[in-house]
Amino acid sequence: MKSLSPRAFLRAAAIAAGLAAAGAAVAVDNVKMMIPANPGGGWDTTGRELGKAMLASGAVKNIQYDNKGGAAGAIGLAQFVAASKGDPNALMMGGMVMVGGLIQNKSAVTLAQVTPIARLTSEYEVIVVPASSPIKDMKDLMAKFKANPGSISWGGGSAGGTDHILAGLLAKEVGVEPGKVNYVPFKGGGEAVAAIIGGHVSVGVSGLSEFAQHIQSGKMRALGISSAAKIGSIASLKEQGFNVELANWRGIFGAPGITKEQQAALVKAVETATKHASWAETLKRQDWTPYWLPGDQYGAFIEEENKRIGEILAGLNLGKK
Amino acid sequence: MDVWAQLASGFAVALTAQNLLWALVGVTLGTAVGVLPGVGPAVTVALLLPITTKVDASGALIMFAGIYYGAMYGGSTTSILLNTPGESATIVTAMEGNQMARRGRAGPALATSAIGSFVAGTLATIGLTFLSPLVVELGLKFGPPEYFALMIVAFTTVSSVLGDSTLRGMASLFLGLAIGLVGIDNQTGQARFAFGVPQLLDGIEVVTIAVGLFAVGETIYAASKLGQAKETLETLRGSVWMKAEDWRRSWKAWIRGTFIGFPFGTIPAGGAEIPTFLSYAVERKLSDRPEEFGKGAIEGVAGPEAANNASSTGAMVPLLTLGLPTSATAAILLSAFQQYGLQPGPLLFEANAALVWGLIASFYVGNVMLLVLNLPMVGLWVKLLEIPKPQLYAGILVFAAMGVYGMRQSPFDVFLLYAVGLGGFVMRRFGFPAAPVIVGMILGPLAEEQMRRALAISQGDPRIFVTHPISAALLALAVLVIVAPWAWRRFGPRARA
Repeated sequence: MKSLSPRAFLRAAAIAAGLAAAGAAVAVDNVKMMIPANPGGGWDTTGRELGKAMLASGAVKNIQYDNKGGAAGAIGLAQFVAASKGDPNALMMGGMVMVGGLIQNKSAVTLAQVTPIARLTSEYEVIVVPASSPIKDMKDLMAKFKANPGSISWGGGSAGGTDHILAGLLAKEVGVEPGKVNYVPFKGGGEAVAAIIGGHVSVGVSGLSEFAQHIQSGKMRALGISSAAKIGSIASLKEQGFNVELANWRGIFGAPGITKEQQAALVKAVETATKHASWAETLKRQDWTPYWLPGDQYGAFIEEENKRIGEILAGLNLGKK
Repeated sequence: MDVWAQLASGFAVALTAQNLLWALVGVTLGTAVGVLPGVGPAVTVALLLPITTKVDASGALIMFAGIYYGAMYGGSTTSILLNTPGESATIVTAMEGNQMARRGRAGPALATSAIGSFVAGTLATIGLTFLSPLVVELGLKFGPPEYFALMIVAFTTVSSVLGDSTLRGMASLFLGLAIGLVGIDNQTGQARFAFGVPQLLDGIEVVTIAVGLFAVGETIYAASKLGQAKETLETLRGSVWMKAEDWRRSWKAWIRGTFIGFPFGTIPAGGAEIPTFLSYAVERKLSDRPEEFGKGAIEGVAGPEAANNASSTGAMVPLLTLGLPTSATAAILLSAFQQYGLQPGPLLFEANAALVWGLIASFYVGNVMLLVLNLPMVGLWVKLLEIPKPQLYAGILVFAAMGVYGMRQSPFDVFLLYAVGLGGFVMRRFGFPAAPVIVGMILGPLAEEQMRRALAISQGDPRIFVTHPISAALLALAVLVIVAPWAWRRFGPRARA
């Protein structure tokens, strides 16, 4: 484990002193952002777009990115925890997928070790059937599922991911043992989409952005969405009488062991960025829903998510201790 | 005809000075990315995505696509010269191409791969232009049982790489199958053979093993013999260019490779590696000199190189017509479209015809550029082999380490590379072939995954593989491939002789 270099320590001390003296928002100089995923994915885009907004709003002067993908973010997190301890300029992207991934991988490092800065965006999960499917609506689907759980094959992303968790939550809601969900995991969006529109699985579950165009073109029919209220013309699961809500959120973290003041400075910097026009434009272009929750409230939220997801993963026979 | 008019309008877009320049930048970058180890086309396009805010949509997409198929041209260069495949699709090229290079035929190997890539790229673009809707419909008929049957067909090609000793070959194959199991099992989310090492959770990259076995293992082996034997590595024998004989042996392989590669590109679980294996096996079966395979047969370079290029162009079919990415790079291209608020799919052909057809036309242009760019380089590349051996070997080791590190920026992978390299040395010393390891590693996990998916869908009923007509036909083909040669010997016209 790398210890704090004298230079980094001085810098940290200087910033802390400056904060204490001025008590006002001080621009963070040189931010290093760990993106625990390979370039091009959701966390990468979110991280880089946030970085752009931080620069544009003047919240930071300079920003460097470090992509370290693998094991649902566990590898990047492990490096972040080890190398950035106490560094007030270090940030890391993360999200809901990481919570499940860390539980499943029985990771030695956890999100409780890093400092919560802010929850940023969310995306909701949509349940679809191929256009030609005999399943009419959500009620019809759940009735068939209840009658014979195995007969409904659910196609989505990797086992234990957001898609699988939603299927598990729905099973629990209608009184089917989550372990009975006949879940068929696919790698990457393309394979799953092809299996769904080709009619090889009964139902598809994924983030709205993955399916939106196929719903629009009429190759898939949307049955419900995992948000609280309807999005576009897709009614939420709750509105249809199934009390299930699931947000695939993304957020940002600070290094372990930074002070309250340093945490506050980073929250301030991120908040400034999210209020800038460039961030608004990003949200619109990427179709992300803002899901702001700062600092320790965000920390409490993660703790709750950790519990909820841990329970459902255990129900799905995944992530057992 | 409508398509012709559309294509003509596409060329009008692609041939503007500005878009020609973007295509040139794209294919040049792509070639460089292909040659440089560790930098893949997917990462390159991802890192260039921010330029979408400055450049217009057709220019940027033409450049990105150029990077994608340009990398397929460049990837063969290091495989042939240094035995270090930069992408998994050029592993087969390394097998036969490097053998050619060792016998002083690096020039023809590079030339047949460049011209074959051009032929395949162009033919596949013609396929993309005229057959897209048809091919996509067929591709969607493939579900897990069909894919599983396809993998079984691919497994029958293993015999072509087993080498002289079937027992040793099978040992290598099973080693590959075992390595393929490492990592989180996609179907259950449980880690297998990871021994608590987080770096192993995502599995082991095929390229790491291939470079370890081929480049590092071979280099250590060669170094261990250095000074003992006479120079075996000839820099150049005969002409740098392809002779009439080479042309005669190459052209059919190019065409067959294209026909194998293109359909694989269009299906979501195809990838570019499997068609290269299939093409290699087919060429070996059909060659009038099968004894040359493994010792530098030009067909063994020409076919697989055409196949991987055709498959990368084939991947454009589902991307453009359905918005369906079938490879990592295609997925990034999809997000490039989305940066412009464009959604690939049938609607795009109507709403943005100029853009789509401009892009398609740019493939024709880009392939010509790549040929012009790559052929004159052959003479230059061949000079690389004149470097004295100790330096060349050192260079190969550095190159291999850089490439493997570059893929995931993981020091762990570099240690793994050298561990595998030592293993490769031992295998080489005792006559175990390396190629079956790679075949097992690629096919094993795919076959397993598709089989388990199919059985999940059928709720455990294995009849799903024979009740689906495509799957049944493919399985029958696999049986035929295995049984027919034996039956022919046993009952054929010459059986009694």
